[in-house]
Amino acid sequence: MQEYLLLVLAAIFVNNIVLAQYLGNCPFIGTSKSLGVAGGMGAAVVFVATLSTAITWAVQEFLLIPAGLEYLQTIAFILVIASLVQFVEMFLKRMLPPLYRSLGIFLPLITTNCAVLGIALIVQRNEYDFFKAVIFAFASGLGFALALVVLSGIRERLDLVRVPRSLKGTPIALVMAGLMSLAFFAFKGMIS
Amino acid sequence: MIKMWKEFSKGLWKELPPFRLVLGLCPVLAVTKTADGGLGMGLAVVFVLTLSNLLVSLVRKIVPPKVRIACYIVIAASLVVAVELLMQAFAYTLYQKLGIFVSLIVVNCIILGRAEAFASKNPPHLSVADGLGMGLGFTLSLTFLGALREIFGYGTLFGVPVMGTSFKPFSFMIEAPGAFVCLGMLLGAMNYFTNLQRRRKGLAPRGNPAHECGSCGLCQGGK
Repeated sequence: MQEYLLLVLAAIFVNNIVLAQYLGNCPFIGTSKSLGVAGGMGAAVVFVATLSTAITWAVQEFLLIPAGLEYLQTIAFILVIASLVQFVEMFLKRMLPPLYRSLGIFLPLITTNCAVLGIALIVQRNEYDFFKAVIFAFASGLGFALALVVLSGIRERLDLVRVPRSLKGTPIALVMAGLMSLAFFAFKGMIS
Repeated sequence: MIKMWKEFSKGLWKELPPFRLVLGLCPVLAVTKTADGGLGMGLAVVFVLTLSNLLVSLVRKIVPPKVRIACYIVIAASLVVAVELLMQAFAYTLYQKLGIFVSLIVVNCIILGRAEAFASKNPPHLSVADGLGMGLGFTLSLTFLGALREIFGYGTLFGVPVMGTSFKPFSFMIEAPGAFVCLGMLLGAMNYFTNLQRRRKGLAPRGNPAHECGSCGLCQGGK
């Protein structure tokens, strides 16, 4: 039990997928202008990352390794993620229209979100078993959502203050992300 | 010929990929601890981007619009697998240094963004020029940022000491926070110089280039 708790805490705080591992920066900067949008994007990433890691884990274990095709990992994983995203989009549209309305516009963006493919690849590098892999993916997704929501909160406040003209918009958002990353850096000593 | 030069040179300054079009940020932050990491990553991107632009442009009239994104992804992914195998064979230390970011070239918005915004509408020779220019611009930016961080973070440049013996490394620069702050400051500096140029010409200052998540052009295309 303790092992899983540590895995979750490490994935959310210590090795935060955006602030410590540099994954998923484009949506991190691009969709953090308002709190509502950031929440939607975060939820969509948690959902897709967990599902896609479960499926890519199975693909690697039961398809690529028995056939000796490990070098096709990248192409197989991205195809799985792209088709999964399409499938989830159609499923939500048909079955859960309210959820589709809040998450739908973010789904096409997720195919090119490197956090999703990155999580699937990190799981393979660390050789987690299935249960650990899914927990790790869920926690990493949560870490992404947390960072995104906090940054969007900061950026909403930044709109109200005077910022040097050259730094307005993306540059100041990146500096803020740096300061957040510095704060998350402090968690490094917590779990060894 | 003039047109090809125009498409090539726009990637080097006017639309310099990570700074003007804020695209493909993850590798920009992750591999620029040192200058040679930035250079290696940049060259891998040049290879994939040029060939994917060429292939996308060649098949642009055959592929039905509905499945074109999937088709671009397959093209990019095959090229990335080729790069991975080549790097494992000829540059294994670099491959280990770049880690999963070699595989992640496939989801770099620059590749899909240029395929969608340029190569799918233009003939092959212009697409190759565009890919080469954008790729070289990306390489230069990465190498510059890597050099900056390496000089202050380690006191070396491409592994050669440059700061003298009394220099104390400023380790903030090589950690994640330093990467974000450095890139933010560089973007700010770019905006400042653009507006300085405009002021010299007597034009009104322009707002900073906005970075929306859909700026790779994929999303409007998907609708």
